[in-house]
Parts: sequence; structure tokens; C-alpha cells
Amino acid sequence: MRFLSLSKRNFKELFRDPVTVLLGIALPLVMVLLFASIYERTRFHVFSPTELAPVVNIFSFTFLLMFSATLLAKDKQSAFLLRLLTTPLKPLDFILAYLLPFLALSLLMIASCLLTGYAIGANYANIPGILLILFLVGITCIGLGLILGSFFTVSQVSGVGSIIITAASLFGNIWTPLEMMGGVFKTVGYAMPFAHAADALRFMVYGGRLLDVSEHLIWVLAYAVIFIVGGVFAFKWSTRPK
Amino acid sequence: MTPADNSIAIDIQQLSKNFGKVNAVDGISFQIRRGEIFSLLGTNGAGKTTTIKMLCCLLTPSKGNAQVMGNSITDHPEKIKKIIGVSPQETAIATHLSPQENLALIGGVFKLSKDLIKKRSAELIDLMELTERKGSQSRKLSGGMQRRLSIAMALMSDPEIVFLDEPTIGLDPHARKSVWNYIEKLKGEKTILLTTHYLEEADALADHIAIMKAGKIIDEGTSFELKKRFRKGQSLHITTDIIIPEVLEGLKAKNLMVRNDNTNLFIEADELDIYDIMDYLRSKKLKIEGLQLREPTLDEVFIELTERGGES
Repeated sequence: MRFLSLSKRNFKELFRDPVTVLLGIALPLVMVLLFASIYERTRFHVFSPTELAPVVNIFSFTFLLMFSATLLAKDKQSAFLLRLLTTPLKPLDFILAYLLPFLALSLLMIASCLLTGYAIGANYANIPGILLILFLVGITCIGLGLILGSFFTVSQVSGVGSIIITAASLFGNIWTPLEMMGGVFKTVGYAMPFAHAADALRFMVYGGRLLDVSEHLIWVLAYAVIFIVGGVFAFKWSTRPK
Repeated sequence: MTPADNSIAIDIQQLSKNFGKVNAVDGISFQIRRGEIFSLLGTNGAGKTTTIKMLCCLLTPSKGNAQVMGNSITDHPEKIKKIIGVSPQETAIATHLSPQENLALIGGVFKLSKDLIKKRSAELIDLMELTERKGSQSRKLSGGMQRRLSIAMALMSDPEIVFLDEPTIGLDPHARKSVWNYIEKLKGEKTILLTTHYLEEADALADHIAIMKAGKIIDEGTSFELKKRFRKGQSLHITTDIIIPEVLEGLKAKNLMVRNDNTNLFIEADELDIYDIMDYLRSKKLKIEGLQLREPTLDEVFIELTERGGES
């Protein structure tokens, strides 16, 4: 279980960085509370705690992507990864060690968002379905983070990451429904997993079943599988002896 | 190297590495004996780090091979990774972890027992004089402390072979000296391959030096051997009370090259007979205040070799 030592380190590295707590945990909560206050005035259903809390969670996962990409890129840049590659750690150890802390963080982010929503009046009818969708989006972001971290430097990661965060914010169907935007925005939005996940979540918070959102689920699942497998291969490729 | 030849820790045979059309390492061969500090000297881009990376199994050679404690770098990288410790050119530490946690991480990766991790990290923290800061996050340590931690991490698994890639780069002279002291303490206990472009570092620490240029070894030997090989003659510096023209003429008559200023005489020749020179100066009633037989420095050898670039 050599990977546990590195996994523990990655966990500490992540949670000792105030940016993680600020962007990963605090900012989504502030957003939930902020939009809930807008809901009080507008009664626009998209901003209701029930719909908003899990959907904001999707947006917060784009930060998860940034965290995983940055940690990996930083480890590459500082030669810390190079040091570890001269130890008996095997590729699977590295992959597990870089995945597990982010999975833990994603669970924490899910819990904090959903519980905050619950505290201000949200009511989630299909909790297992919501958790599954959020988990798949989390996996997608971690996988994409591994891909970015494997190929890019820290400064490149922040550039590309910002584009992804902006794209998710604009076209992710999170606070601006794509149906309202239409046209090219809708096409771009539904080419990404976030919009499908948001639609699925909005259905499930009111008791929808996974079968009812099977089309969205397939999109989300496909992205999760492609990005996590892609992330593993990207990591293996970038760390192979050249 | 035969399997019975236990005195050789690293045996490199015609090792090459090409990156496209660039020959980063070009058919180098040398051996490193167990327990010795071997220094690879060279300018930036000479191929030192590429050589280390191949020996650590991070790069695969384009041609040739090397044995690390009898294990081929191409066939048994997993065996080699269990017996080496590496301190890369960059500091390569986990910045949000304390020195103690960084060492525990390496211990865990090498599957050391908890007791052993505790014992060895305490020893290394003490050796590297990090005791006062052992609990602080490493990003808050000074550059010298981080570098010492990096070396300690390379030693944590008690490896048979340690690779130190420019361990004092970017450090001030004081911090550099203290890192030298720690490396010196390892002499005889560990086989160390040290790359540097600080010549005085190689001179102070290494038992054996190889000079690299453009991917090739252009000379190797002990510091003494290298200096001796490049000594073009001997040079004697004498400080005296006064120098009279008659003395200069007399020395030149002995086929010596003589330069002088007010009180200093610089005498050069292929072979100097110091006793004869001293007798002559005494016979001229000169008061000798200082005498120094000057050897070429490693800097001079290095500059001569790297500018010329050929085999010695």
C-alpha cells in the first residue's frame, strides 16, 4: 500500500492550501446563499435552494478540476514527481494517490453544498440519484484535471482552467437556463457534460428517476469514463521513461 | 564488470541519449567504485543531468547500457529504484508538509516500518540541522534548509547509491559549505554520484572527477591527477625584501622564465630546482619572506579542457 503515503501527502497538500477551502468549499456555499436570497425576491425556480444547491455543486467541481491539474503540474514543475518516479512506486500507485484525495474532496463538496441547501429549505426527493450524478461530474473533473496537469505547466493550467470555468459558468445550464439562451449557446452547452448533469439534477430533486433522465445520464457517464480513462492514460504517458 | 566484482557500484558502458538530432549523452563509459564520491563536472547542457536520469531509470538510453549494483538500467529498473536515493536539481519537496512529514512520506513509499521512519527521520533531521524547524511547513524554510531537506529525503531509505544533481545550486557560500559538510559525512558510507558546475565543490568533495562536454567525457581522474596532467610546468612565487637587476639576470641565465614587481618574483620552468634557486638567492643576500609553489587549479584544468574540448 505504498500509494497511501503519497495519497496522504496529496490530501494534506490540498487541504493545507487555503485556496482549496476558499474556492472549493466556501465559495459554493456563498453562491447557494446568494442565489437563495435572489429566489426570495424573484421566486425564479432555478434559484430555489432545492434546484440550486446541487447545480452549484456542478460549478464548484470546475475548481476541483483546477486543484487536481494544478497539484499535478506543480509536482511536475518542482521535480517532486520526478523524485517520486525514482522510488519503487508503480503507475497504479501514482494514479490512486492522485485520485483518492480528490474523490474525498468531491464528497466533502457534495455534502457541504447539499447540507447548506437543506438548511435553507431545500428538499431533495431522489438523493441516491443526485449523489450518482454529482459523483460522475466529480470524476469527470478529476479526470480532466489529470489530463491538463499531465500536459500543461502551472501557468498554462490556470489559463486553460479559467476558460473551462467560464465556459461551465456561461454554458453549464447552472444559473442561466440554456433553453432561454438557445442557438449556438444551447448547442455548445449541451456538448459539455455540465448542462446534461444540471438538467438531470433538476429532474431528480423533484423525484425523477434515473431512467427518466437516461439521455442526460449517458452523456454524463460517457464524459466521466472518457475523462477518467483519458486522465489515467495521460498521466501514464507523461511519466513514462522517455 | 563481473558479478564477483563487488567493488564497482556503477558501471556505464557506451551510454548514449539522443533527443531528436541532439546527442545529449554521446557514448560515455566509466565506473564508480563503492563508497566513493564521483563528480560529473560540466557546463550547462553538458549531459550531466541526462546521465543521472538514465541511471535513475527516468530516461531510457538510445544506445549502450549501465549496471547499477549489478542491475541493468534497461532490464531491471524496479530493482534499481529500491536501492537508490535521488536529490534532483530542483528542491523537489512537498511544500505544504513539514520536514518530518516529507521524510515520513519517503519512508512510507519505501515501506519502512513506522518505528524505523521515526528513528531515521529523527537522525536525518538532526544531521541536517533541521530540528528547530522540523514541524514547520517546508515552504517557510530558507533555500539552504530546503536543499538540506531534499538531500535528507534522498537518504531516508538508506540507499546504497545516492544521486545528487547540483545539490548546492543557487545557495549562498555559507549554505553551500554546510551542504558540503553533510555530503562529506557520507564519504565511504554511500556511493555518491554528484553533478556540479562548481569546480571547488568537486575539488573539495569528490574522490574521482569526470569532466563532460557536449555529451562526452573529455577527461577523468582524481583532482590531483587532472591537475598534474594539465600542469604545463611549475611556478614558484617568492616574496623578498628587494629585487636587484643582477638577480633577475642570474635567474634568467639558468633558463628560467622570470617576472617581477617590487618585492615579488614569479619563476616558471618545466622542472624547477627549488634548492638551487634558494641557494642562489641566499648567495645574493636576498631575504626570503615568502615562498609558494603554485599548482594549477581545477578551474584552470576545466577551462582548458572545455575550451579545447578534446581528449586529454
